[in-house]
Amino acid sequence: MKNLLLICFLFLSLNGFAQQSASSMINEESAPKVEMADQFREDGKIYVLVAIMVTIFLGVTVYTVSIDKKVSRLEKDLKN
Amino acid sequence: MFPCCYFPFYGEVRRISLENTFKNKTVRLNFRYTFLINKDRKIGLTFVKKTKSRGPYRIMMDLKKNWWKALAILILLYSIIGGLLIEVPRLAILNETIRALFFHVPMWFGMIFLLSVSVFYSIKYLSSNNLQHDVRAVEFANSGVVFGVLGILTGMVWAKFTWGDYWSNDPKQNGAAIGLLIYFAYFVLRNSLEDEQKKARISAVYNIFAFATLIPLLFILPRLTDSLHPGNGGNPGFNAYDLDNRLRLVFYPAVIGWTLMGVWFSSIRVRIRDLQNQMNETA
Repeated sequence: MKNLLLICFLFLSLNGFAQQSASSMINEESAPKVEMADQFREDGKIYVLVAIMVTIFLGVTVYTVSIDKKVSRLEKDLKN
Repeated sequence: MFPCCYFPFYGEVRRISLENTFKNKTVRLNFRYTFLINKDRKIGLTFVKKTKSRGPYRIMMDLKKNWWKALAILILLYSIIGGLLIEVPRLAILNETIRALFFHVPMWFGMIFLLSVSVFYSIKYLSSNNLQHDVRAVEFANSGVVFGVLGILTGMVWAKFTWGDYWSNDPKQNGAAIGLLIYFAYFVLRNSLEDEQKKARISAVYNIFAFATLIPLLFILPRLTDSLHPGNGGNPGFNAYDLDNRLRLVFYPAVIGWTLMGVWFSSIRVRIRDLQNQMNETA
């Protein structure tokens, strides 16, 4: 019975340790203020950047697809 | 002149193809036409000018063969949008530049993959003496080096804002630069040889040695000395930080996407080279 109680308490204390370490981890993360572009994101300006990069990427991709098609057409022509 | 032509139902679009031999070349003309009855009960044929159907069916047929290209585009769109928008670990010095992981690092992964394919074809050439394998080896090395140059340029921009200088003679930077110079020499070597088989054989052997030198230059030597680059010289790699897996969620797709993109570029160049060779043979 004693042992059982001891084991129970040990488990409880384990839980306590876990709680402590988890909370300390959160503190560690938030304590040193690392400068990030938070304001920039809050203003929504990041979406301008996303739009620009997506546009450029799509433009380059469409161009590549058109080159690919052109080569396919040449292959077809040369086969005939 | 009207092979396999039958009348469609009212308003339905049909295709006729006319074949004619003209100067030893078969010319195929495709027409699309519709069958209409006018107001005054006259039957008319309307030819549709477009000679190629561009419907969803055609796109589906294209996708059946080229699904991996579409996959590359979708994955990269995801990696660009996700790479800019997701939450990343807040780390001193790196700050927002940690996002370079989604754009700069995939360049190197893509390069390594393309160069390994190139070595694979070089070995294949040496065992088969088939010049087609040589063409593949060169073109994969070509786009691999393009990725490498992009990697070194983006690395320099990143280094300016984290290490304070574009070029600080960091072992990782120097290793990458030497590796790229070895590959530039590969192209110089190729262009300096006239005989096709000789050119292919010598450059295949060189390519294998170049790859064998590049790997220690990029991945082993910087780890033995003091490199500032994340993942080298006692500096933890990104894997040590991202216990939350947030970075991996975008990083791995970006690597796959850029690798596929590199394979696509190489495949286009290989096809052009094959066409050139075919034309030289017939001419």
